[in-house]
Amino acid sequence: MRPNITIVDIGGGNLGAVRSAFSRLGAQTITSADPDLIAKAERVVLPGVGHAEPVMNHLNSTGIAEVLQTFERPLLGVCLGMQLMYQSLDEGDICGLGLLPGRVKKLQPAAGFRVPNMGWCQLHADRSHPISNGLRGGDYAYFVHSFAADVDQHTILSAQASKPITALAAFENRVGAQFHPERSGPVGQKLLENFLC
Amino acid sequence: MPARRIIPCLDVKSGRVVKGVRFRNHRDLGDPLELALLYCQSGADELVFYDIAASPAGASVDASWIRRISDLIDIPFSVAGGITSVDRAVQILDAGADKISINTPALRNPELIDQLAARCGSQCVVIGIDTQMGPTGYEIYQCTGDTATIHKAQRSTLDWVREVQRRGAGEIVLNCMNADGVRTGFDIEQCNDVRAVCDVPLIASGGAGCADDFVDVFNQADVDGALAASIFHLGTLTPNQVKATVAEQGIEVRL
Repeated sequence: MRPNITIVDIGGGNLGAVRSAFSRLGAQTITSADPDLIAKAERVVLPGVGHAEPVMNHLNSTGIAEVLQTFERPLLGVCLGMQLMYQSLDEGDICGLGLLPGRVKKLQPAAGFRVPNMGWCQLHADRSHPISNGLRGGDYAYFVHSFAADVDQHTILSAQASKPITALAAFENRVGAQFHPERSGPVGQKLLENFLC
Repeated sequence: MPARRIIPCLDVKSGRVVKGVRFRNHRDLGDPLELALLYCQSGADELVFYDIAASPAGASVDASWIRRISDLIDIPFSVAGGITSVDRAVQILDAGADKISINTPALRNPELIDQLAARCGSQCVVIGIDTQMGPTGYEIYQCTGDTATIHKAQRSTLDWVREVQRRGAGEIVLNCMNADGVRTGFDIEQCNDVRAVCDVPLIASGGAGCADDFVDVFNQADVDGALAASIFHLGTLTPNQVKATVAEQGIEVRL
């Protein structure tokens, strides 16, 4: 029996794509902005595209932030959802959920590197972890972002922007993907399958 | 930088994929869902759906087929066509699209770009530009989906490219009209001139006739991706065949 997935409704963004990806894997999803419902979920996905500040304000004002901060079952943040798991963010100069240490910083354009970083980038395997089972260095994943976390002790997979960045982080019950597993073909599907295990 | 992207474009009119030559005489090429899955499985990095009937008719795209596409494919896709408000853009993104692409509505109301970027983030705001060389430089056309409504927008392409970036565009699709549907190669010169003023990802569109055309536009105009329709719809080449040729020339693509 696949665990039920609760996708946090942050109002807009990649909700539909994330829902579609889990349904292709045969998992039941619900989309909710109700903190009580989210607190009882078997698995939570925090999706998100767009600007960090209004989304973080929304999470704080609805009480969802507090629920996520004390949530003990598997939690997956995707793209902006992953960035919001960190302690602080350059975008809007705000505090995040503090579920991962460190700061999410603005990407700087460089020779041969444009911002936003948009497209398929090669993954580099930094550490082994059950969430990245079946993924290999050299696999491609789809990224769309202008901010990123540096590589640190929680980095499982990294990618090369104008500097190395965290592509996938894991710490305790929390996993954060800077790329979009829901739109990264078989590579992304593998990651979501691992999250369901 | 990311791998160069190969992007099939599906022009959708009344729920069918169509293709014209220089924006005219549209031919029926099939079901959007079938073609979407086919391209997804044959190496496309991304798909674009243009509801070409939307802007000229004053209508907007229907969200139900967007949801069906989203359920079906696991690569990113953008939707264009008559997106004139932030609410409409949010509906389309909620239905599963990864980006929205605006063309005519942005020309009519440039402020919309700022609003979309503020609400949805620059990463999902793509500006499509239909452009060709005129007597005073590159010029923009609007309402290009229908020969009855197509007209000049009275704007310089290069100025517009600069303006949309200031307003928060995250990507630009440059549809070079003189090359569209005639399969004689991308408009390298125009792509290059736009590249010089474009700091966000730039996608070349119009003119692909063979795999070498993609090699040329990546090598000579440094675009981030190349979009094509006829060459894929008519079965001349698959995205993977194009990518094999591009990779042989030492250009990074996702294989």
